[in-house]
This record gives sequence, C-alpha cells and structure tokens, in this order.
Amino acid sequence: MSEHGTEPTATHSAQAPGDGSAPVATADRAASADRAASVDRHAAADHPADGRADGAPHAAAGHPVVRVSVPERSLSSELRAIRIVWRRELIRYRTDRMRMVTTLVQPLLFLFVLGAGLNRLSSAGTHGVDLMTFIYPGILAISVLFTAMFSAASIVWDREFGFLREMMVAPVRRSSIVVGKCLGGATVASIQGIVVICLAGAVHVPYDPLMIIEVFALQLLLAFSITAFGVMVAVRIRQMQSFMGVMQMIITPMFFISGALFPVSGLPTWLGVLNRFDPLAYAVDPMRRIVFSHLSISPLARAALDRGITWFGWRVPTLLEAATVVALGLIMLTIAIVEFSTID
Amino acid sequence: MAMSEPGDAVTATSGAAPCALAIEVRDLVKTFGEVRAVRGVSFQVALGEVFGFLGPNGAGKTTTINMLCTLTRPTSGEARVAGFDVVRQRDEVRRNIGLVFQDPTLDGYLTAAQNLRLHAELYGVRSDLVAPRMQQVLRMVGLWERRDAPVSTFSGGMRRRLEIARGLMHSPRVLFLDEPTIGLDPQTRRSIWGYIRELKEQEEITIFMTTHYMDEAEWCDRIAIMDHGEIVALDSPQALKAAIGTDRVTIQTDDDDAAIEALERHFGIRARRSEGAVAFAVAAGERFVPRLFSELDVPIRAVSVSRPTLDDVFMSYTGTTIRDAEEDQSRHRNRVMMQMMSGGRR
Repeated sequence: MSEHGTEPTATHSAQAPGDGSAPVATADRAASADRAASVDRHAAADHPADGRADGAPHAAAGHPVVRVSVPERSLSSELRAIRIVWRRELIRYRTDRMRMVTTLVQPLLFLFVLGAGLNRLSSAGTHGVDLMTFIYPGILAISVLFTAMFSAASIVWDREFGFLREMMVAPVRRSSIVVGKCLGGATVASIQGIVVICLAGAVHVPYDPLMIIEVFALQLLLAFSITAFGVMVAVRIRQMQSFMGVMQMIITPMFFISGALFPVSGLPTWLGVLNRFDPLAYAVDPMRRIVFSHLSISPLARAALDRGITWFGWRVPTLLEAATVVALGLIMLTIAIVEFSTID
Repeated sequence: MAMSEPGDAVTATSGAAPCALAIEVRDLVKTFGEVRAVRGVSFQVALGEVFGFLGPNGAGKTTTINMLCTLTRPTSGEARVAGFDVVRQRDEVRRNIGLVFQDPTLDGYLTAAQNLRLHAELYGVRSDLVAPRMQQVLRMVGLWERRDAPVSTFSGGMRRRLEIARGLMHSPRVLFLDEPTIGLDPQTRRSIWGYIRELKEQEEITIFMTTHYMDEAEWCDRIAIMDHGEIVALDSPQALKAAIGTDRVTIQTDDDDAAIEALERHFGIRARRSEGAVAFAVAAGERFVPRLFSELDVPIRAVSVSRPTLDDVFMSYTGTTIRDAEEDQSRHRNRVMMQMMSGGRR
C-alpha cells in the first residue's frame, strides 16, 4: 500500500464507481489520511472551482470508500461516549462567550455590590471583618451553582432542537450520556469557579496554594452534584421557559437559605432547620471554613462568623459535609440515569 | 491507486448473522391509546434495495420507521433489521443502522466536522478511520470545504445533507431516511437523490425511506403505498403503473359538454373535466386516438396521451390523490382539536 495511492484530491475521479470492488480502507492507509487531508486543503485552494460548498449536485465521482465498523458495546466504547459528551460541553462553552460573562454577573453583583453596600450596616456584627470577605466563600459556591444549572439546561435545549435524539439512538448506555453530561457541566462550572478564586485578593483573602486546591476540589464536587440535580430535573421538562422557571424556584431559595450571605449560627429556629436541610449549605459551610482558616482575624470574629453547621449541637466536620454533597450528587445522578433510561 | 490485499481489508460486518434480507416485517401493529397508527403491515426488503414508503402524512410511515429503528416498541408483530430483532436486540440493530430524521438533530453550536466526530465517537468507530471516513462522506454531500463552519450558519439543504453524511459515518448496513427531502428546494432534492444513487453504487447498503413526493418514489426499486396504517400496494413503480392498465387521455374540444356526452354514448367512457380540458382513462391510449377522431362528432383541437403516473396508482388504490388525502387529514386534525377545545364530545 503506497502513500500516493491515498490522495483523495478532487481529480481522482478516474476510479470506477460501482464495480463492486471499491477499495476498502486499511489501517496504514488511514494513518496517512491526515497528511492526505492537509495536501487536499492546498489542492482545494489551488482549484477554487472545487470549493463550491452548496447547491449543485456533486458529480458522482467515486470518492474513495472507507469502510468502518461499529464494535460491540464495551467498557472502552462507553468511556469514549462519556468523553465525547464531556468534550461537547467544553466545545459549546468555548464557543458561547456570552455565557461565560452572563453566568458570572450574578455572583459578582452579590459579592461586590451587596457586599460593599451592606458593609457599613453590618460592620458592628462582623467584628472588623469586611462583609465581602465574609460572603466570599458563599460566592465561591454559588458561582458554580449558576453555571452548573446552565449546563444541565442544555438537556432541555437539546431536546427542543432535536439533538438529544441523536444521542438517544446511539448504541451506548444512557448512563454514559448522563455521566458525560454531568462531568462536562462540572468542568465548565469549575472553570467559572476559578475566575472567582482569582478574585480572592480583592476581598482580602490570601492566595494560599493549599486553600486554592481545597476550594477548587470542593467546587468540582459541588458542580458535579448540581449538574446531576439539574439533569434530573431537566429530563422531565420539555420547554426551556419551564425549566428556567423551575430552576428559579429551586435555586434562589437554596441559595438564600444556604448561609452564603449570613452566618448560620443563632438563626431563628425555622430558618435554622431549613438551613440544615439545604444541600447547598453543606458546600457553603466547608468553603467558609477553608477560607477562614487562612485568614488572620480575631477569635471573636471567627466565633461570630464561622460557627458552622451543627447537628443537635455537634459541629459537622468538613469531610462529612463534603461527603454529604457527594452522596446527594450520586443519588441525584442515579435518579437522573433511571429517568433518562426510561424516556423514548 | 494501489490495490489492497484482501487480507488487510477492514470488514464492515459487525458480528451480524449473515442474512439475505435487510428488513423483515411480519404483522407489525402499533396503537397509541385508541388510535391504530399501524394496522398489521408485513413486507421484506432485500439487501441493497432502495425501498420507499409512500403515503400521505398520518398514514403511519413514521411510526413504522420508528419501530424499525427501535425508537418505538411495536404493540405486536415482529420486525428484524439487518438480521436482528428490533425488540430483543435493540443494540445490535442500532449498531447496524443509520438514521436521518424528519426533524433536524444536529448541534448548531458545533462545526460540521465536530458533529460527525461526535457521532463516530458515540458509535465507537475506530479512531484512525474517523478522519478518512469523514472526508469521504463530507465529500459525497459536497460539504467537505465547509467542514469547519458552525452548523448554525448552514442553510436547510446543507443541514439535511450533513445529516445524511452523519447517518453514513459508521457505515450502516441499512440507512433509514424519514422524509429526507421534505421542505427542500428542487435542486437540493435532486442532489440528495444523486447521493442515494451514488451510495447504492459504492457501498453495500440498503436504503429505506419514506416520502410523500410521487416523483421521488419513482427512484425507488420498490415502493409500498401506505394508507390509514396499512400497505395497500407493494411493487416496483413500473409494475404498479403497468398494473393500472390504462393511459390518461386529455382532449381539448370546441364543446366539452358535448364531448363528454358523446364519449359516454359512443365508447361507454366516463370522462371528466380537468383544468379546462376533458380527461379520461383508457387502455392502449395511442391506438384509441384514431378512433376518437373518426367516431367522435365533436371537433377536437388537441390530444395528449400519457402513461399512468404514481399519482394515478395512488388514486386507484386509495380512491383519492395524495394531496386530497393530506387535506382530509388536516381537516380531521382541526376538527379533533376544535372538539378538544370546546370541551370534548357533544
């Protein structure tokens, strides 16, 4: 098999179509295909007549036939499916510049406008800690929240625009598609989270490498769980407007109750109870604990601001909180997979 | 072009049992609640055939195709595609079929090449063959030069062509096309038929398609005419037309009423007015024309004789033209909708 036999340029139409013995691709031939493709790009530039992309029926010149096959379903084919669904999320994120900006607007508003605006009111209660510094860990969590929800929304979008069908009929497990989607959402959300991590200096939080790693890991977990939650909701919903409405209804209370904007100790009983049932609280609390452990503030301020979530007086440790986030995420992922597998 | 040794060829089969039939359907039924969308259809499609399902909207074509593609579970009956059962071997069926849906299913954010690559990855096409296969199918539909453009910039015709290319990415043994040319301009429709012919020449592929364009059904090796969930006729277009046995004769006269009356009296032919002329059906039309001139006492200004079209075939089996059948359907739908809005049965 020689290399020049593989040049798929526009002038190769001498090859007879329909004689039944059309050449079949071989591995070594395919290996040179990339080169052939780049050669061809020049060929196309040299012959602009061939560059017509739309319209006229293409002359039935025998394009070299490359036969491929679809293998039996296996773990590696499922992993490939997961990877490509994940990559699609990243490609879409990269091409959608508006989304990068719009999903950041809300967290930044809360951090800088609300933080700076209410600072004077609250300075008595924060024992000298800037309010922006206090709500910063909360913002680290919710920046991920909004982006992850957006990623999950794309399932509704895909259904509306038909693309979901393309994935549904593929010979892969539905769970691979859901897992790929959740990993994609988690990755995209974490990229947004990094932007907020970068703002630490602006709110008097030091750039400590260990803190950054811990915060980022927590963001990843949270983003995955939230995407799984979003997918679980999105599978049942057919219209974008309804999804956005439902999300507003769920996300906003979750965010307010989580303690992102206020300390969770000494709350009115009803709010304290709600807080302990809010999954987001178990992401905000460890986030705050990590950030505060790298601040040099008075013990009084620490006691007032970072008391953390307690279960009947027992302070829930960071790892257990993170585990709660993961466990909830896995439960929702499972529900999402089951739901996704049963729809047509 | 260097010859490839038989030994190093990559075969297209994916562990399927060899079979002589691409599609085998027996008594397939689908009911949605009380609506019997498909009422027991049976047919077989041979390997390498271009098989068309012809019928008005709502005749059950898409439901049938969805059952064959494993997207809808049949209520009863049996269907095998590429040798695999559509209910018990869904995965095997899916590995061996390509699908082009009526509604677009592309990701507009991605480029043409990215859409195809995504498909290849989902189907597990060997990585080193993805690029050459992509080049082949994109060249075939004339979109190779546009491969790096986002699909959102494509026209409707380009999208449909890209969907066809994508359906072929994994070398399916059976390609399903649900109304592949609906809503396209004549030029694009023609080029899509060009690809289908080219495909048939180049690859061992069976094509199953639905259409409600009569002129397109002519391209198929065999067609099944579907009406109200049943197959009312199944044969090659030529055989179906020949079976009608009559030609269509159209005459222009000085006095149409007198001509219609005279035709009835002299020949026992029932003619009718059609677009300012008199039309009727008769066997062996050319031989009838001389008798017409000598025996009809009404002056004739022009005569045309035409072979039966698929429209006539459709008419003879269903008693209506495909267009009228569709108008009936939409009228029916409107009526149902009005009833629903006004609070159900009265």
